[in-house]
Amino acid sequence: MSQHTTTAAPPHEHPPHLRHHFETLTQQFDAGKLGIWLFLATEILLFGGLFCAYAIYRANHPEIFLYAHQFLDKTLGATNTVILLCSSLTMAWAVRASQLGQRKLLVALLAATLAGGGGFMCIKYVEYKAKFAHGLLPGTHFHPHEEGEEHAATAAAPPVAKPAPPVSGPALEVSRIPAAAAGPAGTVPNREPGESEGLGKRPSNAQIFFGIYFLMTGLHGIHVLVGMFAIGWILIRSARGDFGPGYFTPVDFVGLYWHLVDLIWIFLFPLLYLVK
Amino acid sequence: MDTVEGARIGRPAAPPARDNYLTHSAGFGSWAFTLDHKRIGVMYLVATLSSFLLGGLAALAVRTELLTPGRTIMDADTYNKMFTLHGAVMVFLFIIPGIPAALGNFVLPLMLGAKDVAFPRLNLMSFWLWILGACFAVGAVIAGGVDTGWTFYTPYSTTTNTNVIATIFGVFILGFSSIFTGLNFIVTIHKLRPVGMTWFKMPLLLWALYSTALIQVLATPVLGITLLLLIAERALGVGIFDPALGGDPVLYQHFFWFYSHPAVYIMILPAMGVISEVISIHARKHIFGYRFIGLSSVAIAAFGFLVWGHHMFVSGQSGMANVIFSALTFSVAIPSAIKVFNWLATLYKGNIQLNTAMCYGLMFLITFTIGGLTGLHLGSLATDVHLTDTYFVVAHFHYVMFGGAVVAFLAGLHHWWPKMTGRMFDERLGRVGAALVFVGFNTTFFTQFMLGSHGMPRRYYDYLPKFQIYHVISSIGSYVMAAGFFLTAYYLLHSLFRGRPAPMNPWGGNSLEWHTPSPPPHDNFAETPLAEDPYDYTHLVYDSATGGYLSKSYHEAEA
Amino acid sequence: MTQHASDHGTSHGEGIHPAVGHVVPLPTLFAVLGALLALTVVTVGASYFNFGRFGVWIALAIAVVKASLVVLVFMHLKYDKPFNAIIFIVSLALVALFISIALTDTRQYEPNTIPGYAPSIKTNPS
Repeated sequence: MSQHTTTAAPPHEHPPHLRHHFETLTQQFDAGKLGIWLFLATEILLFGGLFCAYAIYRANHPEIFLYAHQFLDKTLGATNTVILLCSSLTMAWAVRASQLGQRKLLVALLAATLAGGGGFMCIKYVEYKAKFAHGLLPGTHFHPHEEGEEHAATAAAPPVAKPAPPVSGPALEVSRIPAAAAGPAGTVPNREPGESEGLGKRPSNAQIFFGIYFLMTGLHGIHVLVGMFAIGWILIRSARGDFGPGYFTPVDFVGLYWHLVDLIWIFLFPLLYLVK
Repeated sequence: MDTVEGARIGRPAAPPARDNYLTHSAGFGSWAFTLDHKRIGVMYLVATLSSFLLGGLAALAVRTELLTPGRTIMDADTYNKMFTLHGAVMVFLFIIPGIPAALGNFVLPLMLGAKDVAFPRLNLMSFWLWILGACFAVGAVIAGGVDTGWTFYTPYSTTTNTNVIATIFGVFILGFSSIFTGLNFIVTIHKLRPVGMTWFKMPLLLWALYSTALIQVLATPVLGITLLLLIAERALGVGIFDPALGGDPVLYQHFFWFYSHPAVYIMILPAMGVISEVISIHARKHIFGYRFIGLSSVAIAAFGFLVWGHHMFVSGQSGMANVIFSALTFSVAIPSAIKVFNWLATLYKGNIQLNTAMCYGLMFLITFTIGGLTGLHLGSLATDVHLTDTYFVVAHFHYVMFGGAVVAFLAGLHHWWPKMTGRMFDERLGRVGAALVFVGFNTTFFTQFMLGSHGMPRRYYDYLPKFQIYHVISSIGSYVMAAGFFLTAYYLLHSLFRGRPAPMNPWGGNSLEWHTPSPPPHDNFAETPLAEDPYDYTHLVYDSATGGYLSKSYHEAEA
Repeated sequence: MTQHASDHGTSHGEGIHPAVGHVVPLPTLFAVLGALLALTVVTVGASYFNFGRFGVWIALAIAVVKASLVVLVFMHLKYDKPFNAIIFIVSLALVALFISIALTDTRQYEPNTIPGYAPSIKTNPS
């Protein structure tokens, strides 16, 4: 099966790692790069929707953000930022190491990156645990209280209106949301604002901040976990000696994904933690 | 050059003896784990056509229910679930994947003279994701259905006790299938073009698929986040969209339509690409205005991102937004009109062959134009206030989605059927089927323009008696259409077993897929072909011995 | 670009070049990390001052600078084919389009839609 080639590679030589539908390594590499950048574009648009929700609620209800962000710990957030930035360095360095055939260094750097991801998730776990303990949960579960208190005075659940009318036929899902049956424009009245631990008067609908917080950091955290799996897989393959100057694209592409995860956090940190 | 052993026109013959992509390997595993884009295309074709059957049966059920006011065959809740099923299946399982995945996967690498798409494993993953998403969506239907309409507007979708999460999770997965297909096509067209095929020497189907792929990659993630937010709203009560929890329901519509408007261009752009190919080849005439058609595809993709608010004119969005979106909507009609004029110019003084594919191509010009023009009624604020959420809207989008995308899908299916299967189908039955579809379609949906302008709202189970005559006519039309489709299915399936073996180039096209046998071998081409002008037919002559077209020099040598 | 078919696992930095792609110098990588950490300190420090309406824009501006460093150097975009950068910019532009339209629209209708819903926005008389 002869092929027309237009680059310097001699036609009969078939470099290893060249898939049969590509003609040269350069073409394959460029195609892969283009592909991964297109995938990163989809991730940007995915998170873009969340940033849009953030922008709208912050612009239209700034009182919610000014109040609720005080519950976040700036130090933990900044630590997480530093961890991710350093892990970005170790990842970029790891790509360089794979390009230069420095196998032991590559393995060490990937392990360091993985550790960085692990550290990030540990801090996230600590933060989430504190939120749960204080009842700072999204949506209908929001009832801020001191740790240990089960039913604080301010933990008034929204007035439950009539349940949604049943739809005929079998149904597996039942909605947890009270049907809009009372109040102006068909909504239930806003949650009663209340006091909270010296942080100022709680505005109505404060739970929206935590909805956005958990969605944004949660989706980001899922991406960190996926990235950690990918890095772990690359780590195993590096230890086996799969990568070198002739073939390093998986390291490169996983690296690009990891940098994107870092990029998103670079924006999440000031927007959520440094609101004032 | 290929000749078919022992076959004459009109007499069914034994299948071609040589090895091709269908016979290359056998067994379930060789299909389920294939990396061959042609096999993946065929699997998508079976999958999407099955979805079309499911969605079509739901449509027939809806039309039957609407024969009389009040209850005809089902109660109101079931009716809501039925039209939701129809919409969701047709949009997400059939039309959006349809032409790109089923026809595009097969034809795109062949048109590029390539061995495969850029990322064959990603291509297979796209298909598996489609299957997974379909399982969730259909499973949700079997387990009791969804009654929100395919648009899942809040707050009803957050409060209804039907299987919303299961359905939209399925749609979320289908979105990734779409994204990966688009990603693959963009990279393939950028990187795997052959020597000599510059951007302006590509067949126009590739411009169309490229523009579609751009939308798939850029718009679908926003649907992804919308659905995730909706799931979070239902499962956790997050409160971004539901006013009972402090949310904003119009914001949901912004999120939803930011994807779903570009999505309709995902549906129509590949269709327009198919029409460019079919009209030119079956009129035996070079396409008119190549650059205009190609660049207008990209223009439609770009403009399509700017007009989503025209679905929300009466939703409560601000007056300023209404005016901006209405003005931009008028602009997006222009590139589509440019295409229609160029196709008409291609037909003018052409040598029109009324093959089935061309019948559907001509049908497209009529029905798509009607659909597009009625979009202008809906894009003008003053008329939209009366027509929105009436049957006028239903008729409009069926004229563009069905009369546009589905008709073009049928044109493409018939056009590339010989290449994909190696068989010719019965042209007479093909034309009868096309006629039934045309008559049935217009009967069904033209009456709905009248219904809508007289005030019949959409998605309504019950209606005033004065509308009944229109509904009855519309439903009869749908049965005629269904007859046309069943006939089409019959003769196409029949051709698989008894059809005349297809020559390499039955219609006389010059794009590269016609330079390889029907069906193609596993590796597509014995030798990578040289790119020529895909619309130059001057050197092709019909050869009655093979029933196809041959290059003039070869034909003279044989004579 | 030189073509070396396979890797022998050596660590001689000078003689080995990858078959494709560009290698970022090590000092560059460290310099970028230094800048990123410094900017993080700046952004945290800035949060202790009250800039009023401009606070969020200052924070975003610093974030954009940090992001640019990551994208251009760590992610190689400075050394890559320009089309990859175009993809990146286009996706950002679309996000910006979506946010700006949704934001201007919601600011206009939200005060009127549900009374008392957006107390910080002055309600339009209509």
